[in-house]
Amino acid sequence: MSASDDPKSTGQATGGAERRFRVVGTRPVRHDGIDKVTGRARYGADVSLPGMLHGKVLRSPHAHARIVSIDASRAAALPGVKAIVTGADMPQVSGATEQAGEGTSNPRWLSDNILAKHKVLYTGHAVAAVAATSPHVAEEALALIDVRYEVLPHVLDVRRATAQGAPILHEDLRTQGLPTPSDQPTNVASVVLFERGDLAAALRAADVVVEREFDTAMVHQGYIEPHNAVAQVNPDGQATVWCSTQGAFDVRHFCAQILAMPLSQIRVVPAEIGGGFGGKTTIYLEPLAILLARKAGRPVKLVMSRAEVLRATGPTSGSHIRVKMGATRDGRITCADATLLYEAGAFPGSPVWAGAMCLLAPYDIETLRVEGYDVVVNRPKTAAYRAPGASNASFAAESVVDELAARLGMDPIELRTRNAAREGTPTPAGPRHRRIGSVEVLEAARRCPQYLSDLNAATGDGHLHAGGALTPPAAKRRGRGFAIGFWFNAGLQSSATIGINADGTASLVTGSPDIGGTRTSCAMIAAEELGLPVEHIRPVVADTDSVGHTDVTGGSRVTMATGLAVYEAAQDVKRQLCERAAALWKTEPGAVRFADGCVVASDGDTPKLALAEIAKQLGRTGGPVVGRATVNAQKATGAAFAGTLVDVEVDVETGKVDVLRCTVIQDAGRAIHPAYVEGQMQGGTAQGIGWALNEEYVYDDEGRLLNAGFLDYRMPVALDLPMIETVIVEVPNPRHPYGVRGVGEVSIVPPPAAVANAIANATGVRMTTLPMSPPRVLAALHAAGVGVGREETRVAAAT
Amino acid sequence: MHEIRYSAPATVPEAVALLAADGGAARVLAGGTDLLIQLRAGTCPARHLIDVKRITELARLEWDASGALHVGAAVPCWRLAEDRRARATFPGLVEAAALIGSTQIQSRATIAGNLCNGSPAADTTPALIALGAVCVAQGPRGSREIPCESFLLAPGRTALQPGELLTEVRVPAPAPRSADCYQRFTPRNEMDIAVVGVGASVMLGPDGRCTAARIALGAVAPTVLLAPDAAGVLVGTTLDDAALDRAAEAARAIARPISDMRAPADYRRELTGVLVRRVVAEAARRARGGK
Amino acid sequence: MAIRTQVSLTLNDEATDFLCEPRQTLLEVLRDELDLTGSKEGCATGDCGACSVLLDGRVVCSCLVLAVEAAGREVTTVEGLADGERLHPLQTAFLEHAALQCGVCTPGFLVAAKALLDRNPDPSEREVRYELAGNLCRCTGYDKIVRAVLAAARTMREANGGGGRARGE
Repeated sequence: MSASDDPKSTGQATGGAERRFRVVGTRPVRHDGIDKVTGRARYGADVSLPGMLHGKVLRSPHAHARIVSIDASRAAALPGVKAIVTGADMPQVSGATEQAGEGTSNPRWLSDNILAKHKVLYTGHAVAAVAATSPHVAEEALALIDVRYEVLPHVLDVRRATAQGAPILHEDLRTQGLPTPSDQPTNVASVVLFERGDLAAALRAADVVVEREFDTAMVHQGYIEPHNAVAQVNPDGQATVWCSTQGAFDVRHFCAQILAMPLSQIRVVPAEIGGGFGGKTTIYLEPLAILLARKAGRPVKLVMSRAEVLRATGPTSGSHIRVKMGATRDGRITCADATLLYEAGAFPGSPVWAGAMCLLAPYDIETLRVEGYDVVVNRPKTAAYRAPGASNASFAAESVVDELAARLGMDPIELRTRNAAREGTPTPAGPRHRRIGSVEVLEAARRCPQYLSDLNAATGDGHLHAGGALTPPAAKRRGRGFAIGFWFNAGLQSSATIGINADGTASLVTGSPDIGGTRTSCAMIAAEELGLPVEHIRPVVADTDSVGHTDVTGGSRVTMATGLAVYEAAQDVKRQLCERAAALWKTEPGAVRFADGCVVASDGDTPKLALAEIAKQLGRTGGPVVGRATVNAQKATGAAFAGTLVDVEVDVETGKVDVLRCTVIQDAGRAIHPAYVEGQMQGGTAQGIGWALNEEYVYDDEGRLLNAGFLDYRMPVALDLPMIETVIVEVPNPRHPYGVRGVGEVSIVPPPAAVANAIANATGVRMTTLPMSPPRVLAALHAAGVGVGREETRVAAAT
Repeated sequence: MHEIRYSAPATVPEAVALLAADGGAARVLAGGTDLLIQLRAGTCPARHLIDVKRITELARLEWDASGALHVGAAVPCWRLAEDRRARATFPGLVEAAALIGSTQIQSRATIAGNLCNGSPAADTTPALIALGAVCVAQGPRGSREIPCESFLLAPGRTALQPGELLTEVRVPAPAPRSADCYQRFTPRNEMDIAVVGVGASVMLGPDGRCTAARIALGAVAPTVLLAPDAAGVLVGTTLDDAALDRAAEAARAIARPISDMRAPADYRRELTGVLVRRVVAEAARRARGGK
Repeated sequence: MAIRTQVSLTLNDEATDFLCEPRQTLLEVLRDELDLTGSKEGCATGDCGACSVLLDGRVVCSCLVLAVEAAGREVTTVEGLADGERLHPLQTAFLEHAALQCGVCTPGFLVAAKALLDRNPDPSEREVRYELAGNLCRCTGYDKIVRAVLAAARTMREANGGGGRARGE
């Protein structure tokens, strides 16, 4: 069976509350756990082949320059160097934009990003690659490649990039989405606009209007494992690539496209992956590894350094956002106006469209106007990052909502609840919300232990660094903040097969790389359906020749969509087992059903057979049973909401903000493996707090990234965070047999706004720039006249 | 990383001979937690590393009869941080040693290496200067002593002559009713480089008034600064708020920080005052017998 | 070709020899020469802890140790934590508490946590967070890791007779 466009037709009664689960909702140890705690699990960089060479990539020192010439002859002469590739080795490819994974892709831009042809567009842009007998020799060879550049003026900031006379990155770029097409060279790749109602009139009629401008810094996904790729190319052109990726089929597709190879000539083997968060849904090294391996006639491994990861891969957009909202005195948000400018990086494709769609999605607002601009700048090409585009937008909108609540004298959660989007509310882009859990999330937030706790009761020394003990009480201010966030969740395509073994155990094959425990959540679904213990299912993530097409591990989709394929494959197994039983019992397949792990005849007399018993007889009833299913899960998606509640302490003498307590409240639809659902909630929250407080790309005047390392790209360490409390809300997704919505992304959306709201609550000062790093907070406190007067020092802390 | 030679001499004279023989191409390898990063980044041209961790006398952490602490050049931070007497006697120095990098880094990094790396943001350097510590260097022409505050000449440059090896750091015995403290400011609670670091030691008279003080400022100038004026205004006071404010003001006055990706200059200058107040107040509390 | 040096050491309780160039780090040799790929390279600057190993019982970043420096020393990697097929209590606790998602930081955390519990069998939450601050995890927000370490500490104390010092020194 295949293609379930309407999963309800095969799924069972939705809503799930009626169904009693045996496996779903339990917390088994993950199947790949032992490999991962013993060091046996093989990640991309752990792959090693006989005769393998090591590659390194030469990168641009300039933010914007024309490549005048590349002379690699001295490098080629270095003993141990076996192959060198430059842009000249890349085929010409089409410049047409296409839909790919969660966003769009353009083969020419992708190709140009992987290896610059005529121009370099950011510091770190790849210019050449070398394969040699050791990584040290390859590195020495890079220093021997002479590249002559003609340096061009560069632009890093979206507002400057959209101003008259800005340096132009792509001479042939024209703005898409304008009402009247323009033929002017521009850095604005596209414009998106959602409008409804008479905004000017609605603003005039509003009792309270709040308008603010926000800036957010470019930030990186920060996965701990750098990008890697190993390639082997046979003399007949057959290539095999081992790499850490969120989507082996996407790697195959992109490589085939930009190297002009048929899909069948490339096999991609997804290794274990050390984090991705969206950043490993595209390609960087894979085509270079193929080209080098083909030239050298030997396998080649490329692994990025951390500096390369930060300079040349995946950040998400920094942005400039203006939001204006109007409300009535009784707390009804009547209108909103927002303009978003997002950094795309060196090539078009920021998530501004998602930001524009998410910005007001938690609310029911009659009149609105949201305009988004995708702007190219001389920074690395952005890649997906956990609910791409939504955190920036939420920071702006949720800060303004919070300020509205303050102006109206209303409890901020009450204001949100009063205006919450519900089933049937039109989204900013037009389509109506389906069954969503926004109100349930808000209600759960008001019931959670942190919300009910006294802000000043927390000791706050559970995690603080010893130095914090020297902060005088008068310098400490505490505050509590809340924000809510929305994310669509993706559907996309997945395949799954379940093979029944002769002893009644099963193997489960999917094509979804497992970043956070999805092997086990998929196995739990199979176990639930087949009535097996979850340990009797062996889940395997297969390569591109061993399973049907499966889209990326992204969009919070694996447990929902690949899980749906597993669910359907299990139905296929059950159907086949019923047929076998019918053959054994010499009855009609329709007279046999599968229940509680057994085939049962409807006559009521025939003794039922457990799966293990019928499995023994497969050979003589027609051969092996393999259940399979493929799905396009677009029509099974369910949107997600999360709320973040955060208590902070601000040191008003240093501007440092410490998170004392934090709770994340999220609608999972249905939590298959609650421990890994909590893990997603906690991880996204931690990333959101890092984004809020310290993470940012810092450039010098020449457009060089100054903090390209983990020391100065300040991601939170264990001592920066408290325990992250979780509240799983389950408002089942009516379009999924178990009600699953997907949990991977939305938790990163509200934290920046929640932290800003907590700072405002603590100090009365509204932060409008991310990160809210100590120097920025202190400057804002000074500007507002907040600090410790010398006379105050002797007064007890008054918050 | 470019090719390197590695030597692990067993004695100080051997190490000095190797250093002297290889001119500018040799560098001492102690903990290696800065050096290996620099070598890999291509910012250190050294071709010959001389590992001093096999030299027994450099691995000594000892107290002499006068109560002075001798920290051998190969003593990693953790040994200082776990030394009971050091924790009781020089809590500020121990605080600084325990702030350097992570547990992993503290397993390797040395106080001497922290000095020799020549960073103005080194955590132990202000603590050592506040305590009046002295560097002992051994060279082809014998041994000499250099006060810690004179050891750094510029970022990455020290007072060591070619062929000279820093063999130990000596911290003089503390006076009665004295105590030290070190604190740095970093945006993260760990794994960060000081935006500003302040070390201070204060000595009190029997009447509780300050009789002597030393204050050192990290990360606010090309080298760690001794702040004699800031310390001077404390002498004769009860270390009350007004005195702390004057010390903070005097410290801010000599700070000449740069703006970089870690913090803007004006922020660093302001934090200098904040930290001086906090650190001196804590040192005073300890000197009064507070635990 | 660069000159290679022979290094003898004790690696996961076994006497081991290898040849290496002086410029090769311990991490490089473990991974590329000895095929012990459990230790990961996340940054090569000592800032992430993914390459943590024990060197004479102290936790170090193996990316910041030259392989030649390990001569005559005892090195323990994540591959040496389990006792044959019997997992170390920390490994069990990480599995039971879902303390890993992608798992790439896990070896470093386990090694660093072992070093911590070997010295301090009854750490507070704050001590765990402080001692493990050199290990970056981007997936979990640390919550479940900290819980797993505290749980493993409890298990190990109970196995050792239930003792343990009082909180706070």
